[in-house]
Amino acid sequence: MRRLTEIHKVQELVFKLKTPDAKASEVVILSPNTMMSEVRSILKRNKIAAAPIVADKKVLGIISVNDYINWLIAGKEDCCVEKCMSLNVKFLYDDEPLTDAIKSFERYGFYEFPIINRKTGNFTGIITRRDVIMGLLRALEIDYHEIEISSYSGRTFFHDMAADHTELMLKFSVEGKNIQHGGDIASKLKKNLHYLGLHPDTIRKTVIATYEAEMNLIIYGGGGTVEVLMDADVIHIEVKDEGPGIPDIQKVLQPGYSTAPDWVRELGFGAGMGFTNMQNCSDTLDIISKVGKGTTVKIRISLDPEKSIK
Amino acid sequence: MASLEQPILLKDIQKILSADVILDEGWRREKIRRVYCSDLMSDILSFGDSSSLLITGLINPQTIRTAEMVDIAAICFVHGKIPHEDTIEMARNNEIVLLSTRYSMYEACGRLYCAKMSKSVDLP
Repeated sequence: MRRLTEIHKVQELVFKLKTPDAKASEVVILSPNTMMSEVRSILKRNKIAAAPIVADKKVLGIISVNDYINWLIAGKEDCCVEKCMSLNVKFLYDDEPLTDAIKSFERYGFYEFPIINRKTGNFTGIITRRDVIMGLLRALEIDYHEIEISSYSGRTFFHDMAADHTELMLKFSVEGKNIQHGGDIASKLKKNLHYLGLHPDTIRKTVIATYEAEMNLIIYGGGGTVEVLMDADVIHIEVKDEGPGIPDIQKVLQPGYSTAPDWVRELGFGAGMGFTNMQNCSDTLDIISKVGKGTTVKIRISLDPEKSIK
Repeated sequence: MASLEQPILLKDIQKILSADVILDEGWRREKIRRVYCSDLMSDILSFGDSSSLLITGLINPQTIRTAEMVDIAAICFVHGKIPHEDTIEMARNNEIVLLSTRYSMYEACGRLYCAKMSKSVDLP
């Protein structure tokens, strides 16, 4: 679907562009009294295959490499270009869309066309095949630039910031006992990490660890804060509460150990796998806890999956 | 947890489980490679992935949140349970398919096992 819209956009662009949008920026014209002996060096110097002969803003004719060769073969004496030029000149008008110009290139097989104003008939420029291609590319480039700005994904956020070191801090606060909103923070964090274009494995580990820690805050900690600090290499998650604290940290790290009340178990939590999951998802897990004061859980996850331990 | 020898379409799983579709988020396109059966959220967190079906008896919002965390594509509730409208909405926001079967968890798993599954996978 997206591809289709992009094609339409390109088509639209071709129709929208007018011949003058793509015309050559530098125009080589000859005056009627330019000598035939000069033509070769002019065409060669400017890397063109033909040049119009213009006087009083009107195109009198066109002289091409072909005309020059014919003049050489005929062995005639040097003369003004006026006498050797092609008179049957095909023009493009300056209000024609670029598509018409493309059709004319196909139909006549010429390499370039003079452009004239439809009303006055005055010469306004030249367009070559190369100019058509370059004009389209220029327009596309502008267009893509606009798309790029409008759909900035944050994927290169850390590299885009002009600083010696860039850090991003996301802070959340969690209400205690409000299990209905359990996981809201991990869910928000997941969307943010997607926005930043992190590796799916890193996102997965980060949200699982955060989710488990968030549920602990709600169930045991009586609420608290979740802070996620990241830079281009690592994510630090710090989960803090001022709850009852953990009397024996070694015990809570044992798979299956749980002090969960029934209401928690009924919801599918409290099976004693929370810290085990956090451990499995992190490079390092530190628990600092004081009974009666609270608990701080620090989780470190490497951003590059290659650097990650797990 | 079990892996399927051949991935199967969700619509075939729906037939095998005679399940009602609570929420259809383009589910006919979904291919299921693994089936998990658990009522424990932490278990689900350590197994799930984007081409898996979760069979569970829990219909609270945390089931959806947990599935969201590990990109589970579809959930089938057993015993004909249907979650609250808010919970369904949460699944819709996360493009998770919801099915409901009248079978018990044991029977749902048994039927799927007989129909399509081959090798069991050891728990991590």
